[in-house]
Amino acid sequence: MTREPPAPTPPPFELVCPAGSLPALRAAVEHGADAVYIGFRGATNARNFPGLNFSWEEAATGLAHAHAQGVRVFAALNVYPGPDNWALACETVDRAAALGVDALILADPGLMAHAAQHHPELRLHLSVQGSATNWRAIEFYRREFGIRRAVLPRVLSCTQVERLVARTAVEIEVFGFGSLCVMVEGRCALSSHVTGHSPNVQGVCSPAQAVRWEETPAGRQSRLNGVLIDRYAPGEAAGYPTLCKGRFEVGSAVFHALEEPTSLNALDVLPRLIAAGVRALKVEGRQRSPAYVAQVTQLLRRALDDCLADGPAWRPPQDLTTALDGLAEGRTHTLGAYHRPWQ
Amino acid sequence: MKLSVGPILYLWERAAALDFYASLCTAPVDIVYVGEVVCSKRRMLTREDWTAVAQRLAAAGKEVVTTTLALLEAESELATLGRQINAASGPFEANDYAAVESANGREFVAGPHLNVYNAATLALLARLGARRWVAPVELPLATLATLAVTRPAGLEIEVFAYGRLPLAFSARCFTARAANRPKDDCGFVCGAHPDGLTLHSRERQPFLALNGIQTQSAAVQNLLPHLPRLRTAGVDVLRLSPQSRDFLDVVRAFDDARQARNGPGLPDTFLSGGYCDGYLDGRAGMERAASAAAATAPP
Repeated sequence: MTREPPAPTPPPFELVCPAGSLPALRAAVEHGADAVYIGFRGATNARNFPGLNFSWEEAATGLAHAHAQGVRVFAALNVYPGPDNWALACETVDRAAALGVDALILADPGLMAHAAQHHPELRLHLSVQGSATNWRAIEFYRREFGIRRAVLPRVLSCTQVERLVARTAVEIEVFGFGSLCVMVEGRCALSSHVTGHSPNVQGVCSPAQAVRWEETPAGRQSRLNGVLIDRYAPGEAAGYPTLCKGRFEVGSAVFHALEEPTSLNALDVLPRLIAAGVRALKVEGRQRSPAYVAQVTQLLRRALDDCLADGPAWRPPQDLTTALDGLAEGRTHTLGAYHRPWQ
Repeated sequence: MKLSVGPILYLWERAAALDFYASLCTAPVDIVYVGEVVCSKRRMLTREDWTAVAQRLAAAGKEVVTTTLALLEAESELATLGRQINAASGPFEANDYAAVESANGREFVAGPHLNVYNAATLALLARLGARRWVAPVELPLATLATLAVTRPAGLEIEVFAYGRLPLAFSARCFTARAANRPKDDCGFVCGAHPDGLTLHSRERQPFLALNGIQTQSAAVQNLLPHLPRLRTAGVDVLRLSPQSRDFLDVVRAFDDARQARNGPGLPDTFLSGGYCDGYLDGRAGMERAASAAAATAPP
């Protein structure tokens, strides 16, 4: 029997990349991720999409591969289980712990209590789905369950992130790139209102089975469970009908009333985030292809290495930003709440 | 079953808010939640106003609960939270785990935004001082009934029984966005929409309602036709969410129904989204399956 390699020691600042499959995990590891995060099949994590996520065998293979390359593996079990799937959620925690994942990413306090009680040695990370937007909420999870890291919702300004980091002993991980939630993660029931399925319960938002595309004389239309989410002029690029990114009518105006289809790119504030003491930069996108994961990981690895070498004066070079825009939803990016142009 | 009046989720004029609370003193409700949940910038009522409102309602025999913000970001908001909890003479409603962390043994109501979906979380909150739990709006009644069976001793269960559903929070103010105003210079434009600003699909379907940083359903969730099922499931408290018109008629309709008394029933909603009740049976919240089926059932 081969000896398992020891758990990798993390660098002071980690690049955390998504892996929805074994090939995506290999791509992230190969292109410079310090850690990857995965989910298991079934409704235990917030990217519960068909064809996505890991069987136990795949997870074991992925873990061995990542550890051999010095890369940590985090497992997301970040739905809020109800009585019907409580036993499955606990069993998944237990099996993930036995597998030897480097951390569990949890949102549900009850499930955290289970993990803290039965696997006291296991690192717990508070998922973005835990909606912790202030140090006192994070302190609740630290005091009750000993969480070691919290992933911040994508609603805080850069200054708020800086102040929060200064007030907490818990490591802070923030989103750096990928699709953007404009709502506080874990505090959004828009999807279940329209489709009956939500991020909190089923681990999905605006699920594909509720989407319908139509070609009409007025243009291509997207519907979610019958509700018209958007209508596109001929030649206009049509995006996935995530319901908060549709065009709606308010008063007499038709516009993206909640959010434009655009991606988050935090590289403009990366030096500030590092200087503030943020410990990890997270890339969204477990639903993305291995090729996407490879490209994004490679670009962000380069950005991070350059930024760490150059210090506070570093700014993202134009070719890097252009390359990332090419991979982004809507082919454009925003600093989102970090900068708050709408503030 | 008890009737509660949820917090005013909108920005109402001071006089309208004071009149509203005065009218509740003689209304057949048992519990009144006071204070701001949505936006820390809204200060139409002063701290002294809120104290006077709470005293007046308490003198009228109502249980008064001070509610707190759902989205806490700034240090000043945490400071306000601490002050509100200290100043509350009775229990407070926690809508963020920062409020739970600040309880320090005080009794509290676990609000609808705490994400309680299972018995373990419910037990944890009860151990920390929760004596009532307001279920998340998307929780199906069957799940709630299961949790009610194993609930911690003495814990009451409250459901959002009437009103536009509070569905989401953001850092961004959508009412200001719709008015092309930055959030820091919002001019309190939400004050012009005492029931939220209705957002329609491009087919004119009333879809959502914008209420500052909160997004609500355009439809009013109405669980009045389902009171017997709610009672059987173990629900103790029905929350009625304030609206700018006809609210006392809504209260009377629920009071008649809980006492199995004949009355005029519920007035048609003046809001364009109509009624919905899909969440009750684990369907899309916007659906009206249950009540529509009841309404069209053969005599």
